[in-house]
Amino acid sequence: MNHDPFQWGKPLDSVYGPYNAKIAHATNKRTTNIKDVSDFPTMHTQQPMITGTSVISVRYQDGVVLAADNMGAYGSLMKLDDVERIVKVGKDTIVGISGDISDMQHLHRILDDLVVEDRYDMESDHLKANHVHEYLTRVLYNRRTKMDPLWNACIVAGFDEQGEVFLKYVDLLGVTYTSPALATGFGAHLAIPLLRKKADTDEDVKNLTKEDAVQLVKDCMKVLFYRDARSLDKYTLCVVEKSTKQIEIQKDVKCEDMKWGFAKDISGYGLPQL
Amino acid sequence: MTQPATLASDYSNEVAQEPIEHRFNPYTGIAGEDFAVLAGDTRNTSGYNINSRYDPRVFDVGDNLLLTANGFAADSAQLISVFKNQLEWYHFDHNKALSPQSAARFIQHLLYGKRFFPYYVYTILAGLDEEGKGAIYSFDPVGSYEREQCRAAGAASSLIMPFLDNQVNFKNQMDPASHGTEKRPLRYLSLEEVIQLVRDAFTSVTERHIQVGDGLEILIVTKDGVKTEYYPLKKD
Repeated sequence: MNHDPFQWGKPLDSVYGPYNAKIAHATNKRTTNIKDVSDFPTMHTQQPMITGTSVISVRYQDGVVLAADNMGAYGSLMKLDDVERIVKVGKDTIVGISGDISDMQHLHRILDDLVVEDRYDMESDHLKANHVHEYLTRVLYNRRTKMDPLWNACIVAGFDEQGEVFLKYVDLLGVTYTSPALATGFGAHLAIPLLRKKADTDEDVKNLTKEDAVQLVKDCMKVLFYRDARSLDKYTLCVVEKSTKQIEIQKDVKCEDMKWGFAKDISGYGLPQL
Repeated sequence: MTQPATLASDYSNEVAQEPIEHRFNPYTGIAGEDFAVLAGDTRNTSGYNINSRYDPRVFDVGDNLLLTANGFAADSAQLISVFKNQLEWYHFDHNKALSPQSAARFIQHLLYGKRFFPYYVYTILAGLDEEGKGAIYSFDPVGSYEREQCRAAGAASSLIMPFLDNQVNFKNQMDPASHGTEKRPLRYLSLEEVIQLVRDAFTSVTERHIQVGDGLEILIVTKDGVKTEYYPLKKD
């Protein structure tokens, strides 16, 4: 009897011989050994792990409507079904974040620190949406320059110093742009054409009412749920409103009036053929 | 070895290995006798997506200088903001305007300073030289530069540049009076001619290049300052 508990339950060396470390390239050497580690350069994020899908947004005559669903996908697995991907930063800014969820949580932390710092220094709130956007751009661009990106695409909405409505995109490369309709991920393919039907130019934006804009975004979220396999029918909807200077956040909004009648006629994919 | 991406989206492994995203828009700079123009379209694309229909990328950076950096949009924004910031320091230190010649040499240093991790941009600088004549300086990503009469950079540069060679520098043009024995003599183009040329170039290129369209913004620098003109292009 071997009295070493670490050896219990293992194949006996006397019967099977010593463990062959070459099997499956397994090694019993410590990988912190400098000689072994030097085979690899420093490893950074090469791919996102748990991801959030599209964020979509559109300008209307009195502000912005922005929405993002509550799903965190691990590949094709729905790992999380209650993640909040729209972050409020200070009083005047919301940030919708898609891409890697852990990087999103890191950004959330950085932005919270920014708010705390702002409250130390200022007597009143000075942190506006354009500042938050610029700060995010700097963070993301620096990380990509270090070849260690934060794997996210963000849409920043809110008010700037003049109290005007602000809406701008920034992604993992530090690329920024603005437009009456903005979307990340699948939304850029599926939602943008629908949003541009109603809000392609600044002129269109002037004619788009809040009710129409909210309905438009809800319709887009429905289309995204129909067609984007990594999306959820539960989402958060935000409305930035200039006239009231308010940012309204509605959580747990569900897709409505969906039509799944066609589903019963689908066959194949392992089901018995009709 | 790179791992295959676990999901199909624009966060796929294609981006993983590339720290840059190519986003070429066409830019054209033309110098005249007492003016210079720098023009570019306002469409912002990535892949087959149109991100924005109005994202102007030609900047009036002060001191009667126009600057555009074209290629990877984030590097372009960074280069231009560093330039603007340093220009302010130049004013504090020397209390005078920066000449295009000095600006060009400075941009070379900015670009070459990142020789081994370059700003992925093709830069054009426009201004008026010490004689008041239009000056165009064009750069490659690592800072090689020269002064030119005209330059096209970016997406459709291969379509625009030969057109400019012919229409600005009169390349392959003969003087009709000489029955094809003499070259057509060079002359400065007027501002009206240049604007017409730029508009023609961009409307033609809009037809042939998918990344070009939406709008054309032309910045004109003269001794009286910078003027901006906008002309819509086809949005398809």
